Amino acid sequence: MSTQADNTLIFELSRPGRRAAAQAPRALPAERLSAIPAALRRKQRPALPEVSELQVVRHYTNLSTRNFAIDKQFYPLGSCTMKYNPRGANRAAMLPGFLGRHPLAPESHSQGYLACMFELQEFLKEVTGMQGVSLTPMAGAQGEFAGVAMIRAYHEARNDDARTEILIPEAAHGTNPATAVMCGYKVREVPVNKDGDVDLAALKAACGPQTAGLMMTNPSTCGVFERQIDGIAKAVHEAGGLLYYDGANLNAILGKVRPGDMGFDVIHMNLHKTFATPHGGGGPGAGPVGVSERLKPFLPTPIVGRDDDGRYRWLDQNDLPQSIGHLSAFMGNAGVLLRAYFYARVLGREGMIRVGEYSTLAANYLLKRLEAIGCTPAYPERRASHEFILTFAKEAKTLGVSAMDIAKRLLDYNQHAPTTYFPLLVPECFLIEPTETETKEALDEFVAAMESILAEARDNPELLKGAPYSQPVRRLDDVKAARELDLVWSKL
Amino acid sequence: MSDIRAELRYATSHEWVRLEDDGTAYVGISDHAQDAMGDLVYVELPEVGQALEVTDEAGVVESVKAASDIYAPVSGEIVAINEALEDTPELVNQDPYGDGWLFRIRLNDKAELEQLLSADDYRTQLDSED
Amino acid sequence: MPFIPHTSDDVQAMLAAIGADSIEDLFDEIPAHLKAGALAGLPEGLSEMEVTALMASRARQDAGVLCFLGAGAYEHHIPAAVWEIATRGEYYTAYTPYQAEASQGTLQTIYEFQTLMARLTGMDASNASVYDGASGLAEAVLMALRANRKSKSGRVLMPEAVNPRYRQTVTAICENQNVELVSVPFDAAAGTTAVTALSGYAGEDFAALVIAQPNFFGGLEDVDALTDWAHAQGMLVIALVNPTALALLTPPGEWGEKGADIVVGEAQPLGIPLSSGGPYCGFMCCKQQHIRQMPGRIIGRTVDLEGKPGFTLTLQAREQHIRRSKATSNICTNQGLAMTAATIYLSLLGPEGLEAVAAHSHANTQTLVARLGAIDGVSVAFTDATFHEAVLRLPKPASEVLPQLAERGIIGGYDLGLDFPSLADCVLVCATETRTADDIDLYATVLAEVLA
Repeated sequence: MSTQADNTLIFELSRPGRRAAAQAPRALPAERLSAIPAALRRKQRPALPEVSELQVVRHYTNLSTRNFAIDKQFYPLGSCTMKYNPRGANRAAMLPGFLGRHPLAPESHSQGYLACMFELQEFLKEVTGMQGVSLTPMAGAQGEFAGVAMIRAYHEARNDDARTEILIPEAAHGTNPATAVMCGYKVREVPVNKDGDVDLAALKAACGPQTAGLMMTNPSTCGVFERQIDGIAKAVHEAGGLLYYDGANLNAILGKVRPGDMGFDVIHMNLHKTFATPHGGGGPGAGPVGVSERLKPFLPTPIVGRDDDGRYRWLDQNDLPQSIGHLSAFMGNAGVLLRAYFYARVLGREGMIRVGEYSTLAANYLLKRLEAIGCTPAYPERRASHEFILTFAKEAKTLGVSAMDIAKRLLDYNQHAPTTYFPLLVPECFLIEPTETETKEALDEFVAAMESILAEARDNPELLKGAPYSQPVRRLDDVKAARELDLVWSKL
Repeated sequence: MSDIRAELRYATSHEWVRLEDDGTAYVGISDHAQDAMGDLVYVELPEVGQALEVTDEAGVVESVKAASDIYAPVSGEIVAINEALEDTPELVNQDPYGDGWLFRIRLNDKAELEQLLSADDYRTQLDSED
Repeated sequence: MPFIPHTSDDVQAMLAAIGADSIEDLFDEIPAHLKAGALAGLPEGLSEMEVTALMASRARQDAGVLCFLGAGAYEHHIPAAVWEIATRGEYYTAYTPYQAEASQGTLQTIYEFQTLMARLTGMDASNASVYDGASGLAEAVLMALRANRKSKSGRVLMPEAVNPRYRQTVTAICENQNVELVSVPFDAAAGTTAVTALSGYAGEDFAALVIAQPNFFGGLEDVDALTDWAHAQGMLVIALVNPTALALLTPPGEWGEKGADIVVGEAQPLGIPLSSGGPYCGFMCCKQQHIRQMPGRIIGRTVDLEGKPGFTLTLQAREQHIRRSKATSNICTNQGLAMTAATIYLSLLGPEGLEAVAAHSHANTQTLVARLGAIDGVSVAFTDATFHEAVLRLPKPASEVLPQLAERGIIGGYDLGLDFPSLADCVLVCATETRTADDIDLYATVLAEVLA
């Protein structure tokens, strides 16, 4: 159901001399700009659109409707935790006192904000079992960077320069190896066995004096809990390496198992997943890091501290001289952190524990229902965590229908497709994460859609290959997009 | 069944080598490799004059959803690159053993060719990968 | 149960379908000794009303000051429509547009953002944004090292007149990759970076020169001369620019003979609130020839099966989810919502509106500097022209004066002594279009009292 007949660009609506006049101050006489040397002035105004206020409002309102969104559809993207984003969190973070606070405002005029951040640090420590938290990383990938940079700083502070390698299970997110390289490490991949657990013998063989650390998620990207975590932690620690926890899947175990108790030395959390802050069409996220005692001196700055008199203040390079430093101009995505703070306060202790419980219940229920209609789980002997993997390798071979075809057809059933083709080691796969905030009816509707699509795949596979039919556009030519790059509108 | 040319030598990483009379060799990727990648959208090539050792990275082929490194199957100096690929990377898909060649290299040591797979050995490798 | 919809009947039915007796059974693969305790350190949950009231009282604590502080974050008027639209559920609760057909709204918005930024900077291409301006500068440095294939030194020239927080961020992000940032001092009288300060580096191998316009002191650099010098030395030029200023100033694409190669900056002034420093939105543009070295998400326009135009992620083979350890960066997200806000802001303001914002910000700062500079013992620190920030020298250390102003409800600027020991008696001030003549009068009156 296309809600806008065409995809006119804002630039095509532009007419010379048209303005949204109420939005800007009146023009100033030229002499008020005489202090700017003429040689530094631009010769021509930039070709921004010249449109009315209503045109802008209508254009972007219409554009927004051309999206799937949690507020509109079931959105079971594996590894993304597309749970409900509370509206109350948005309103609280958009309070004028928070929006208007300059990041460099003096501490005397920042006690309200600092109190929220200090408490959030404490909540995150408690729920993850870590000893120190810095809120500054602006997304999961930056949290990963901070984590591995701390591992490096730790080894360097001990003059242990022989450690050049980071171990990563082969099913890991792509950010893990990319991060290790950004921190100056070589990557060594560790195989995963047929049940989705790390091949412990291979891991032990890979550990040595060159091992700086291991990066892993638990539950893993295979959607199962890594049962040998004790053995893994022991192997890496005995080799002198540190354990990094990629918090992408923290929702599965929130309140049930704490990464600190599993032996992890450093973790990042994706607040835009686990703490229900919005994904916003791709960001902003927030990726706070938590550390064990020995990594505390290296946390990225600034951190919020509390003095004996109850006043809050920033701890910066003077307080943490061994810190890996600043990762942003100020202190990270503050507005996202406020939303996470709201969520943590509403949930409280019991609510936090229920997240892990009900996300796991939903995933195991959905897995069993889908199995019953003929879907093939990648790890049939395992419990699902908060997510699970199906493989359509059989359908691809016998019917010529790919996981991508099924994903595209789901859009026609008003269901967002799960994550496809990740992890790479399972062929033709879906990674499905329903989250704790979806009703049983919503899960049942997804099952019904899948049942119907599998029947279509048997009776009329061509139908799936042409899907979707109901969206603003049909399947797009990605090859043309990459070969004939059109990244900016070149017409005026 | 992918096309494997009897007159070529192959690397396990799917590059082919064709020795010319002048002591240089053309290098490309096999029909199997181009088929596995899908429609190529970009090819990054080495620079003319660059010296490469065996298994050095010599470039990258990219499709929409994947990127794969090209490794030098033999050592030597790059004497030419296939500039047509800059605008038409699809030549690699259309004609992997002809117009879709990647670069031409002056071999340091022809004996290195013996280290590469024959067509039959390469066929055996592909069969075992399936 | 907040945000969890299951009734007890639902739970029983779901457990029955699974074949489990209890939810706890679903965790039976987890070693028992790892199970968490009661999380005693967490408070009881509260209702929306209670948390809202708590946060509102905290927000009020920090409100009600008059701010003359810029230093990388600028208070501009934000049209009402910007965030009313950006927080519509369809934008707010969508994910990264991997399913292009179901994400045309987000994708087209990004394509429009890319176009707006390319036009504002005079460059060929833009990405879909990075975290913020400071981390964007770090990405630009790494990008320049990849793009300048002739340079082998891993060195980049970084003027001291670049925002010190940006320099710290670049150091933190790049230092593990054998990148060396070589400082270039600013002219102590002019407050800008002189080409003569660079001449000592002529003939040496540097991958790039960073040029900030305006620089951290608000000063306007001679960008043409700096750009031409760098290009003559075989360096790339990384322009670090304020997007509001670009309404009036030469776009980096036109700097010198050949223009800057990479442009980065902070889009916060474009409709994004101060909000304690984030979420902001780093923008990044480049010349076409460097596009494959650009980090981050990029959207392209293409056609669908029926030949109809549409938008999709492109050049993904640069990115971590495909290229893994060889990706251009580990970045995964963009600043989607903030980027959407900037796109709506620029569309509402248009060329004349943005120019008016820039002009008022410049003129108000001129007025502020004139008023404060007339106070006994206060002088303008630097001679070169400035855009919408300027440095004032005080008769006392800034670290003494600023807290006294704050006690009187005025955030009087940035204490430059924090980063530059020679400028301990200097304060960096800013007055955008949101500061009125009365605001400026008040600041002048209070400062005179404090200094008296």
